[in-house]
Amino acid sequence: MANVYSVHDVLQKHSIKLMVGILAAVSVGGLVEIAPLFMIENTIEKVEGMRPYTPLELAGRNIYIREGCYLCHSQQVRPFRDEVERYGPYSLAAESMYDHPFQWGSKRTGPDLARVGGKYSDEWQVRHLIHPQDVVPESVMPSYAFLAATPIDGSEIADHLRALRVTGVPYTDDQIAHAAADFSAQGSAEGADADFDARWPKAASRDFDGNPEKLTEMDALVAYLQMLGTLVDFPKIVPDADFNR
Amino acid sequence: MTVASMTAGGASPGRVIDAPVVYKDDVVRWFMIAAIFWAIVGMLVGVVIAAQLTFPALNLGLPWTTFGRLRPVHTSGVIFAFGGSMLIGTSFHIVQRTCRARLFGGFASEFVFWGYQFFIVMAALSYVLGGSQSKEYAEPEWYLDIWLAVVWVTYLVVFLGTIIKRKEPHIYVSLWYFLAFIVTIAILHIVNNLAVPVSFLGSKSYSLFSGVQDAMTQWWYGHNAVGFFLTAGFLGMMYYFIPKQVERPVWSYRLSIVSFWSLIFVYIWAGPHHLHYTALPDWVQMLGMTFSIILWMPSWASMVNGIMTVSGRWDRLRTDPILRFMIVAVAFYGMSTFEGPLMSIRAVNGLSHYTDWTVGHVHSGALGWNAFISFGALYYLVPRLWGRRAVFSENLVRLHFWLGTIGIVLYITSMWASGIMQGLMWRAYDSLGFLQYSFVETVAAMHPYYAIRTLGGLCFLSGVLVMAWNLWMTVKAGEPAETEAPPAPALQPAE
Repeated sequence: MANVYSVHDVLQKHSIKLMVGILAAVSVGGLVEIAPLFMIENTIEKVEGMRPYTPLELAGRNIYIREGCYLCHSQQVRPFRDEVERYGPYSLAAESMYDHPFQWGSKRTGPDLARVGGKYSDEWQVRHLIHPQDVVPESVMPSYAFLAATPIDGSEIADHLRALRVTGVPYTDDQIAHAAADFSAQGSAEGADADFDARWPKAASRDFDGNPEKLTEMDALVAYLQMLGTLVDFPKIVPDADFNR
Repeated sequence: MTVASMTAGGASPGRVIDAPVVYKDDVVRWFMIAAIFWAIVGMLVGVVIAAQLTFPALNLGLPWTTFGRLRPVHTSGVIFAFGGSMLIGTSFHIVQRTCRARLFGGFASEFVFWGYQFFIVMAALSYVLGGSQSKEYAEPEWYLDIWLAVVWVTYLVVFLGTIIKRKEPHIYVSLWYFLAFIVTIAILHIVNNLAVPVSFLGSKSYSLFSGVQDAMTQWWYGHNAVGFFLTAGFLGMMYYFIPKQVERPVWSYRLSIVSFWSLIFVYIWAGPHHLHYTALPDWVQMLGMTFSIILWMPSWASMVNGIMTVSGRWDRLRTDPILRFMIVAVAFYGMSTFEGPLMSIRAVNGLSHYTDWTVGHVHSGALGWNAFISFGALYYLVPRLWGRRAVFSENLVRLHFWLGTIGIVLYITSMWASGIMQGLMWRAYDSLGFLQYSFVETVAAMHPYYAIRTLGGLCFLSGVLVMAWNLWMTVKAGEPAETEAPPAPALQPAE
């Protein structure tokens, strides 16, 4: 009878057979766990309100990634009583469907940020990022004052939207064509026009960093933080048996 | 294959054992030097970021020195630079001895060395300059990922090529583990880093996957970086150096077969336990949890096999500090592979996830298992590679052992305390049914534990500095070995 030892006896004398055996053994788990996520339809709930990031929000998100914010802040509210009371409704799969890559995080040295949008004023966010201990004395967060001094422009943002469209984010030709202009308009003191609002539903446009003179990385990051978790209208969500919980 | 190489070499058939093999040790020596260098750098950055969490002013307010940019330098520095240099270096040493064949591929092994070191330096620079793609333990951007893939495939060719031209009928158990490590890391690295670059001249890219699928792919990668880089590869090291140091064969050959195949088959399923209670579908979470618990058994099978190899020679643990490093490493491996399945249970994970408990768990494995088995291997290898009779000072090895052990104990106990406390504070309610603590109160409560953790890290780092000096003196002032070391005797497979 061919048992594990006699099979192994063949493999341990033939390097290529051994390698093929290893390949077979390590492939199963990944295939079973990952492949169905792309095929099972109710993996991602159908919700209303989700839209891709605006050019300025996307730039802010890239700053969030660049600075490693995800190392201390999660963006995933778990369905626990204390988390829902502390942060808001638990996170849905649909809410990160345009996140390339995801930012769920793995550690909460600081609080979860999945629903931080609108929780604090722009002014609070800016003061906190410049010197966190000014507003939260016990905080261990580093100072990000340099963001407010670093100008930013949208000259290359259309390329970013195009790259994301390749990965499957449904940016329209119209959104890409106006990306650079919308980038500046969203962070300007006078706000954006009606066309912008039509292209980017629910997007806030204003001077985010308290410095109307110029567009800075602080504008972009605060624009991103202020929209986090605000797109889905939760009172309208009806618990559905097809969902995952 | 064996016959072909014998006739080509002109040796008479059946007398192949007498044919001298000139091993390629230069590249192994370089990897050992690099490993010691990166251990110091990686752990130093670790101490710095631990201190930053204790005293945030140490972030200095500069973009390049904030916790967020330095943390990947620490993790990549210790895992991929120190651990990776140890793994590639020892695998090159072991594959030559157990196959009785010189490394395959001429200068390809030198290319692996320089290519890998170049990758590490470029990756560290890119993090500091803000070029992370944010996937934990896979932070380098697309252009570095492609470079690493080239280096890694070359590594596979050198390693596999050496096995193919071996003069031993059997492939030794260490080599099964190293082969599984090399092959699986290649798959994980390539799939998890699939991305669309914004332009071919820029560094920025966007991950091909998003949200749920991206999270699952990332933790399939992330957990198996632990499973295949930090477990399978280091088990390959264990299966060679413990029998060598204790001069006994592996305790159970059959146990090594069963544990090898079950370990590599089961490990790959365990990733979803990093995503409990998230938007990942429940069925995947349950699968991940189930396999994580099953994983306890193959993990402990390897531990039992390693520790029992010393059976009959237990007295040596008292007299041989190098063996003590190796055996305590396996004991820590057993401890953290028990803690891991425990933490993968959803109810436990609900408390432990997002807290320092996870950080403590990782470090009991990384410091206790990976670093300690590496130190044992270094103390074994360096005198032999440089033709010295013994390590310069055995007492300094003892000092290193205790500095390391005390450092680990300070580190993991403080992280258990802070992690469990933080998890409990988050979910505490007062008598009126309101949340008892604001988030920042839990941050303030962590402060003393963060200070103890920094101290533990400092202790561990000082042990490494002692080792570096001891090994430097071994090479510089150690007594030469009496004769040229004879080729390692062939390891007999147990029947």
